Amino acid sequence: MSFLSLRRSETVIALVLIAAMVLIGLINPAFWSLSNLFSLARSNVIVGLMALGVLMVMISGGIDVSFPAFAVAAMYLTIRAMLAWDWHGVIGPFALATAIGFALGLVNAFFVSRLRMIPLIVTLGTAAAVRGGLLGLVGTSQINIDRMPQALIDFGNTTLITRAGPGGTHFGLSAMIVVYLLAALLVHFFLTHTLLGRGVYALGSAAEAARRVGFNPTVIVFAVYGLAGALAGFAGLLHGSMIWLANPRDFVGVELDVIAAVVLGGASIFGGRGSVLGTLLGVFMLVMVSNSLILMHIATTWQRIVVGGIIIIATTATALRDRRQIV
Amino acid sequence: MLKPIRRALALDANLLQLVVLALFVFALMTALVPDKFLRPYNLISITYIAPELGLLSIAMMVAMLTGGIDLSVIGIANLGGILAGLFFHAYGGAHGAGLAAMGALPVGAGIAIAVATGLIAGAANGLLIARLRVTPILATLGSGQVFTGIALVLTGGPAIVGFPDGWTMIGNGAIAGIAVPLLVLLALAGAVALLLGRTSFGISLILIGTNPKAAVFAGLKTRRALLLTYVLTGGLASVAGIILSGRTNAAKSDYGISYLLQAVLIAVLGGTDPAGGRGSVAGVIVALLALMLLASGMQLMRFSNFLVDAVWGVFLLASIALNAWRTRPR
Repeated sequence: MSFLSLRRSETVIALVLIAAMVLIGLINPAFWSLSNLFSLARSNVIVGLMALGVLMVMISGGIDVSFPAFAVAAMYLTIRAMLAWDWHGVIGPFALATAIGFALGLVNAFFVSRLRMIPLIVTLGTAAAVRGGLLGLVGTSQINIDRMPQALIDFGNTTLITRAGPGGTHFGLSAMIVVYLLAALLVHFFLTHTLLGRGVYALGSAAEAARRVGFNPTVIVFAVYGLAGALAGFAGLLHGSMIWLANPRDFVGVELDVIAAVVLGGASIFGGRGSVLGTLLGVFMLVMVSNSLILMHIATTWQRIVVGGIIIIATTATALRDRRQIV
Repeated sequence: MLKPIRRALALDANLLQLVVLALFVFALMTALVPDKFLRPYNLISITYIAPELGLLSIAMMVAMLTGGIDLSVIGIANLGGILAGLFFHAYGGAHGAGLAAMGALPVGAGIAIAVATGLIAGAANGLLIARLRVTPILATLGSGQVFTGIALVLTGGPAIVGFPDGWTMIGNGAIAGIAVPLLVLLALAGAVALLLGRTSFGISLILIGTNPKAAVFAGLKTRRALLLTYVLTGGLASVAGIILSGRTNAAKSDYGISYLLQAVLIAVLGGTDPAGGRGSVAGVIVALLALMLLASGMQLMRFSNFLVDAVWGVFLLASIALNAWRTRPR
């Protein structure tokens, strides 16, 4: 039963996750209520979509802190375009947002691959340029529900199951969870069943060896950063449709949550290690812990300490696992 | 033709290029906003605003020298200021004469608290990086969140307003007509330059950054050197926090967030190689000067703060492209 082996990081994370769920449930049984579980599932979607992109970047041996800026730019530009051109529909706008994110991701890839600059520095620069450019040149005003395109709101509001809550209210399981899991399946297939996907692992494990067996590092880097940007752009517009407003100042600091989730999911920043299943579990763990602080009667001001602590504990655990010789 | 001049000034090509850049920015801004840019008030205000960023940039450069990075400097700076502020409020009351006219001893104790916070926080980073071998990016990203989080929990969110006069002197005062923050920056920059260039510790940092494996085989105590590196960056960050809270007479958990990008930018533009092994205090100081002149000029031209941020980002990317072009294989 290799699947249940404790040597697999996924198994360890799953066990920790179950233990945490039991613990939170004991502190406050409301955790197991259907409405809480549904809202928890819903909260996974946006962080999870972004985490899939960061996972690919990390497996290739890089890091990305620019995706929240790309997400917000894709969302705001797309919705502004929809309003300006009186453009309706769902598929077209999502294609545009994904394309914006993809194009911005390619800029990262160009600097990382062609100019050989450290990914962290590059993505810090592109993040500041894109966010500053968006707020300085496009606008700072929030687009509220009254002006949000109705088609997007309806799409974001789709539910799989609906239950009646107390006082005649209704709550449901957001259908966006299907979109998320579908994306996860695609990324999993890409990473494990395509030549390019295997190349991502090869590049992250040993760049020189990957080059010598015939992988093209340039193509891999462009694919990885492009896909991360595309996922971020898609997630950005989906976020707007799910909360019914487009705020150009949104997503500040989200990179920390997402990176924490990916690292928690067992991916190594040195590259070459990481899986979609681990990332899904890592995202669920992170979202659950930060959403359950209130349920556990802990002030929300503690959230940053919790997220920071998770990053430190998870990276220490992976560092001990990946311990290298001498240096 | 430039060779004799370069030798005379003991400048390397990179530093010379930076000096030219700073002069170019100065000339450009003088041409664009002549009436406002050259006003003494404008130039003097730069000597108050620049030092805190300069200290953070030097800290970033030192971490990059070893091939690492310190993303927790802002968190450390704010936490140090907040802990000192809480001490002052507990000791002299939240406002009034007891707080403002506090003696030299309690103010000194506050400084000690802030600096100790920086050193301890830096040592925590150093332990994570040197002992547990966590990558600097993730270790300091996580610890920065924890430091900011502690500051947030301690204050509950709002700024701590009101510091003793002795403390605000450090941020706003002048000695012999020269801004105190500038004096602090110059003193610490000189000390770090001496440490890097004239001590075995400094040389070992550069060796570790150039080739960590060779440094181990050469018998250097790389772990100890790495630990001390982050203690140093934490200490520098805490002094930046003292100046920041002294200048604004307030301390808050989310002050100066945009400084992180700017400190990275100034370090990289100043000729530091983020992969390790190359960097100098002089380069950082000239890069700081060039960018502060640029920022001040843009503000006088009524650029929005967002656009200034965007220009910083574009500048960072442009300096990467320029470096890549200059060191391209021929």
